[in-house]
Amino acid sequence: MKKLLLSGNEAIARGALDAGISLATAYPGTPSTEILENIARMDAGKAMWAPNEKIAVELASGVSFAGHRTIAAMKHVGVNVAADPLFTLAYTGVRGGLVIVTADDPELHSSQNEQDNRRYASFARIPMLEPSDSQEVLEFTREAFPLSERFDLPVFLRTTTRISHGKSVVIAGEWDKEEKRPDPGLVKDPAKFVMVPANARIRHLDLEERISSLKDFAESCSFNRVEMADTELGVVTSGISYNYVKEALPDASVLKLGLVFPLPDKLIRDFASRCRRIIVVEELEPYLEEGLRYLGIEAEGKSLISRFGEINTGTVRRAVTGVREPAEDNKHEPLDPIPVRPPVMCIGCPHRGIFHLLSRKGIFVAGDIGCYTLAVSPPLSAIHTTVCMGAGVNQAAGIEAVLQEEHGKVVAVIGDSTFLHSGLGGILNMAYNGIPATILILDNFTTAMTGRQNHPGSGFDITGNRTRQVDWETLLRGLGMEHVRIVDAYDLEEMDSTLTEEIKRDAPSVIVVRGACMLLRNQPVKQENPYEIDEEICTNCGNCLKLGCLAISRRNLSIDEKPVIDTQKCTGCTLCFQGCLFGAIEALE
Amino acid sequence: MTTVPGTPTNILMVGVGGQGTILASELLAHVLMESGYDVKKSEVHGMSQRGGRVVSHVRFGEKVYSPLIVKREVDYLVGFELAETLRSLEWLGPEARVLADRKAILPFTSLVGEARYPFDALELIRKRGFDLTVVDGEGLAVEAGEPKTANIVLMGALAKLLPIDKKGWEEAIKRNMPGKFVSVNLRALDLGYSAVEIA
Ligand SMILES: Cc1ncc(C[n+]2csc(CCOP(=O)(O)OP(=O)(O)O)c2C)c(N)n1
Repeated sequence: MKKLLLSGNEAIARGALDAGISLATAYPGTPSTEILENIARMDAGKAMWAPNEKIAVELASGVSFAGHRTIAAMKHVGVNVAADPLFTLAYTGVRGGLVIVTADDPELHSSQNEQDNRRYASFARIPMLEPSDSQEVLEFTREAFPLSERFDLPVFLRTTTRISHGKSVVIAGEWDKEEKRPDPGLVKDPAKFVMVPANARIRHLDLEERISSLKDFAESCSFNRVEMADTELGVVTSGISYNYVKEALPDASVLKLGLVFPLPDKLIRDFASRCRRIIVVEELEPYLEEGLRYLGIEAEGKSLISRFGEINTGTVRRAVTGVREPAEDNKHEPLDPIPVRPPVMCIGCPHRGIFHLLSRKGIFVAGDIGCYTLAVSPPLSAIHTTVCMGAGVNQAAGIEAVLQEEHGKVVAVIGDSTFLHSGLGGILNMAYNGIPATILILDNFTTAMTGRQNHPGSGFDITGNRTRQVDWETLLRGLGMEHVRIVDAYDLEEMDSTLTEEIKRDAPSVIVVRGACMLLRNQPVKQENPYEIDEEICTNCGNCLKLGCLAISRRNLSIDEKPVIDTQKCTGCTLCFQGCLFGAIEALE
Repeated sequence: MTTVPGTPTNILMVGVGGQGTILASELLAHVLMESGYDVKKSEVHGMSQRGGRVVSHVRFGEKVYSPLIVKREVDYLVGFELAETLRSLEWLGPEARVLADRKAILPFTSLVGEARYPFDALELIRKRGFDLTVVDGEGLAVEAGEPKTANIVLMGALAKLLPIDKKGWEEAIKRNMPGKFVSVNLRALDLGYSAVEIA
């Protein structure tokens, strides 16, 4: 039997292809991004980047209505964007198997919140599978499609970062593709697919019937498993937490739930009745715990296990068995503080120059999400709000609509991928309501933050083939924006004067700040023409250090000495050269 | 280092984005799997390309449940960068072996003299009584013919410490790397392997 070492995301890709999907779609988002990238690698014709998650889910629902199997993948907050179609797709149900992956991120490794999307399952009445390792990911993914068809419902597959990005051993085995499948084609069935109130009322009743038969199925399905051992302690758990339970509490009895919505009431009651003490081990929300309490079971959960961040074997062990954190010994005495190492913009990054200017001018910047959010850190310190994709544009407009000039100047920054994801409406609004805000679109031709995915502004599709590229000027003018300027992200003077003019303007305006992502250029990123600082001319004013460029340091790492450029690292972006007030920086001969 | 049968062995690998830490842990996990062990590996990607800290947990044994190592239970620490190696000491078990590269990569605050960089990390580690093996990854990688193979030099050194046949490593390199990179990586592996003397 061939063994593979697969991440959860690779296993989802394989599982979906094994199940015979006709199309997979996604918008990138950590930790979900590699699902679609892997599908594209294995079967290029079946993968499409969507501009946002709502489009992905709606596209997938079309595929399903046409009688084909399909999967849409997103990070947890992507489900918020796609929530509108999802809630009603539970009413309509499906034709071809429709699977929605929600990749949650407890601990916020790369997210703006750590919402627990199991709540979406019970809220929207959509069944949810939650695998515990890559082997289960593969199996659950394969089975999610027939499950969706059998119960006429979309199916959620929930992973968390440690499942999505963790790798474990998988035996792929054979998968019987011969099961019954819907016939591809068009079905005109308004009672099922047209959710006007009269039809939707009936489908709502029908939805609860489908959930009820699924609940019966849950009692005996192979997704859920009881592992009886010592009955002193019974643990109810799911997903990644199962692994921590098995390691921390090897003697306990375990009810492992793989189908976390709907819950198997009888199975849970029966398990609870056989154990003296019942605890629930789960990350984030007391989702299972509340399920047990609803059944009248006195379970302990969040009184023991934190509601915040990730848990692990150690936290479970400490919470349940009372063992303490190991004491300090002479090997583990506290150390002097070690400097932190926050992620930073790359040397040569096209985002650096504009933030240097915004920072120097002291402008309030309504921000958004992407690599440019890194400008929040010193020395740039030039991002003042970040909430969700697309929010910054509207926040700048809102601020502009109510605050007078004397409170200071406001702009919004938004990346190209983020703008096409959810920024268009904000521009439309500003133009329509005549709000004189200034929006900076930072166009680096890629979705850099999540690993350089193409998007409609990059001109390439997921496989790297050329496709239609957004024409920004036409697009923005079409939305009603009269004042559109396009500037070079590496030209400080041009950016400076344009910024001054557009901020002053008493009308809505957009500046497209354009410069390709460093990582899109051929590796290694080093260029021909690094710069150096003439120590004689340098006055040690410190201006170049305010760029936060890792190629510029102080001589001998001493806070009093003059700056120096590491010519091995310098990419020759020229920003420090342009910014030097004394002409002390010049190209290396 | 004695391993209790049934308890997984824990390897923590730490470095800075761009050093190839994740690639190295990938190779290690493959070698372990092909040697018949159950393996789990976990790390957080996302920020690694932006010069942030990279931490990879690799666990192997007869059966591994959790992909995460518990604090104070690391058996082997592989440190690709001085400050990150030092930062990870709190994770080490009492008998842990430390394999450390001399490489220093300074964060911005240290480059501009605002925060002291721990150039004395190796001394500190040794003083605390940890079993420390130091490898000049970059130097040996240059000797192998490609400075970027420093990560594989470290894997060569690790190969000497782990209970796994070196052939397994060579096969994993042949199987998992593009053809044109195989020979230079095999050289890097060899140089790392020979650099460690087992007392
Ligand atoms: C709803 C939602 N989907 C996905 C993400 C993940 N994500 C954060 S920023 C971003 C796009 C970044 O691209 P861009 O705006 O072009 O900025 P860049 O990183 O290239 O500077 C993505 C996909 C998210 N935070 N929220």
